[in-house]
Amino acid sequence: MPRKIVKSKYFFEEDFIETIGEVSTEKVKDWGPNSQLKVVGKSLSRIDGYDKVSGTAKFSFDISLPNMVYAKTLRCPLPHAKIKKIDISEAKKVPGVLAVLTYENAPKIPWYYGMSFLFDPHLRYEGDEVACIAAETEQIAVDALKLIHVEYEELPFVVDAGAAMKPGAAKVHDAGNVVRGEPQIYKRGDIEKGFKQADVVVEDTFSTQVEIHNPTEPHCSVVNWDGSRLTIWDSTQGVFSVRDAIAGYLKMPASKVRVIKKYMGGAFGSKLEAGKYTVMAALLARETGRPVRIALDRRAMNLAVGNRPGSVQKLKVGAKKDGTLTAMNHYSYGAAGAYPSGAGCSRPFRTLYKCFNVRSEEYTVFINTGRGRPFRAPGHVQGTFAFESIIDETAEKIGMDPLAFRIKNYAEVDPASNRPYTGKLLRQAYKRGAAAIGWQDRKPAGSGSGPVKTGLGVATQIWWGGGGPPAYATLKLNRDGSAHVIAGSQDLGTGTYTFIAQVAAEVLEIPMEKIQVTLGDTAVAPYCGSSGGSTTAPSVSPAVRDAAEQMKTKLISAAAAVLEIPGNQLVYKNGIISVKNKPDKKLTIANIVRRMRERVLLTTGARNANPSGYAINTFGAQFARVEVDTYTGRISVKKIVAAHDIGRVLNRKTLENQVHGGILQGLGFALIEERVMDEFTGKMLNANLYDYKMPAIYNVPEIEVIIVSEGDAKISNTGVKGIGEPAMIPTPAAIANAVYNAIGVRLKSLPITPDKVLMALQG
Amino acid sequence: MKTIKIQLLVNNNEYEVSVSPNETLLDILRERLGLTGTKRGCEIGECGACTVVMNGEAVNSCLILAPQADGSKIMTVEGLMRNGEYHPLQQSFLNHDAVHCGFCTPGMLMSAYVLLQQKQNPTETGIKQAIAGNLCRCTGYQQIVEAIGDVGKKGETD
Repeated sequence: MPRKIVKSKYFFEEDFIETIGEVSTEKVKDWGPNSQLKVVGKSLSRIDGYDKVSGTAKFSFDISLPNMVYAKTLRCPLPHAKIKKIDISEAKKVPGVLAVLTYENAPKIPWYYGMSFLFDPHLRYEGDEVACIAAETEQIAVDALKLIHVEYEELPFVVDAGAAMKPGAAKVHDAGNVVRGEPQIYKRGDIEKGFKQADVVVEDTFSTQVEIHNPTEPHCSVVNWDGSRLTIWDSTQGVFSVRDAIAGYLKMPASKVRVIKKYMGGAFGSKLEAGKYTVMAALLARETGRPVRIALDRRAMNLAVGNRPGSVQKLKVGAKKDGTLTAMNHYSYGAAGAYPSGAGCSRPFRTLYKCFNVRSEEYTVFINTGRGRPFRAPGHVQGTFAFESIIDETAEKIGMDPLAFRIKNYAEVDPASNRPYTGKLLRQAYKRGAAAIGWQDRKPAGSGSGPVKTGLGVATQIWWGGGGPPAYATLKLNRDGSAHVIAGSQDLGTGTYTFIAQVAAEVLEIPMEKIQVTLGDTAVAPYCGSSGGSTTAPSVSPAVRDAAEQMKTKLISAAAAVLEIPGNQLVYKNGIISVKNKPDKKLTIANIVRRMRERVLLTTGARNANPSGYAINTFGAQFARVEVDTYTGRISVKKIVAAHDIGRVLNRKTLENQVHGGILQGLGFALIEERVMDEFTGKMLNANLYDYKMPAIYNVPEIEVIIVSEGDAKISNTGVKGIGEPAMIPTPAAIANAVYNAIGVRLKSLPITPDKVLMALQG
Repeated sequence: MKTIKIQLLVNNNEYEVSVSPNETLLDILRERLGLTGTKRGCEIGECGACTVVMNGEAVNSCLILAPQADGSKIMTVEGLMRNGEYHPLQQSFLNHDAVHCGFCTPGMLMSAYVLLQQKQNPTETGIKQAIAGNLCRCTGYQQIVEAIGDVGKKGETD
């Protein structure tokens, strides 16, 4: 099959990444709309369903090895401190305690881009790792942690991004609190000229809270050494990235590290990188000579494994009376936490609408809290809330319908690069979404009578989600005529196992039951990237189709050899190869596999290169209908219509599930979730699931999912783009805009809790 | 620490286990009996992932000390299948795709099982009450409510 090696670039979570990959250059026929397909696009039940409803699904947390021991971590109770003295002698005496690691006896492994170590006596946030104990049982380890005596030197701290930027603020790092010492600046055109051309200028400030991922399965690893080889069962979104990182931390060849992940209980970006806990477990396993399981508790989950950074965003938008945007300015700051991470949020502002004069200035600052990590559409959820709020304000000021204003400034090409899109069906999303929510009946803001007021709001979504190479899938055929696809990707619950089987079944024309899928094992699977950035389906599904198409070609030439008839006289249909016009002269896949010996019936497919000269984006519009009780301040989201352009749908059932989940997370961000820090003690006040509220069953609105796209043939042989992140991006903004429409007062700080609504109504 | 002998009937199998007074029912099920279908999400009764049926009631097994469970009849998600066939709730969860990552699913199934034992054809409000203590971070819950409601409507409660 034709191949070449290319340099490729695509957007992953927080920035563009450049990769070198071998890609397929095979041109296969475009599948056309899903109505022409038999398996792809259908609402099929997930193939891993049995494991999940029967309790047999082994999550990383459930792996148990003979002679295994348990590790637990001691975490710093203070926001900023240095260890003056640490005494582990009493803990070591506890029967059942096998090993104790601290900065005094553990190898000095650099962490956080060389700014710290695996164990660092300088502790920069509540939850920072102090010591780790391995013991015969988890309870013994927990009890022994209490017998480690630590004397801390308390240091000045700061836990608020705004406070950290002020002169004289406590320093998190000696070099100062602004990450890289300067803001990130983006500009195009001339905003001063643009604002002069404007008939109206709107300025406003918005803020968003810190959100915690809180996947239901805590971060955990089970590790085992076989001599110099290390096996890790990890709860991770990226088996290959964990393999490489761990090999680097332990200074061993990556070939000696095997990372396995079959099932994982949610992640949302918090499990993209290798954890300190995994390295600690590996060190303890080496020291004790036994397998080690390490799992975080819920408190540590809230403190130490990531968050969506908060933001303060000052926006200024200028427009002409006819609705044309003339200039936009964005100034923002947000906190990385104690170590570098991205807190920028201006990308939707830069790319959503046609506007020639644009500038943004973003500060990321250090504070004494746990470090941020990518969280489902990092930057975009908070950025879209602020930007789509001020777009609504601007529309109102010039007296335009907010939807008409958005369409007026529709970007026909990517405003940042001037490149055409491979596809953009946002207009259709606006149109069909507006019809479904009943936009034509929208009333002027705050015009309802009675204490409970209804409002409608809209917000737009842009994200990347096109994926790219390298991504590979191996397909092999078995003697019984079944197929096995192996790929180094992961299923986060998003349905990766199922869509891979669907793609293979579509091409080979055999039943889904005959396809087995293995994922998440670096020892057996060809490389795929981490599952993030809504790139899994767009990267992996084309590799699977490529592998299956190659296999079909191979089967035909094998049948030609067996039957001694030229390949062009053979027909492939439903997994059977027959001779044209002689239907009883035929071979099944199983017949051929037995004749050929199965080892040669093996293909590896590759993702194609992305087309050059194009912008690849996903788009969507969400519409919200809310009720606001002006007596209590309570907001009830009645309905969300989600209309998206995400290329081809692979499985309607799992897609809807994912969209519902994204919307509910968006609703949580809009109305409920918030990390609460005590500025006087520097501690998190709600590091559990009782006080850190996540959406539960009572928060669920009616949800209608509309997909306006078919396959985007310019991207790949499956034409798929991702939905994971797009589903969440516009929800908070749509809800906030609907709240404004209901009560006529704009809420500019998330989460919009009842107290904020009542305060706003009081003026 | 002193150990206590307790007897449990789990998924109709009898067990006698020596437990420490500070071990929980969840610890015993997962670490001693190998029934890892029951999940541990928070250890303090906030997430519902460890829900099992104890003497006919849905309980957070992380909040039950093992000695408290002495003599109890316990059912876990592993006890739902009958002769290799899905329980109607399991089938309905699959049909409705009321499953995403699957970590909260065993607890959801147990809460739903108890609801249907106690009330035939529950209302939507009744279903919501029954699973209000089961947190899911992936789905939008609606598919779960519909999956349970479907089984209730058909009257397939056992």
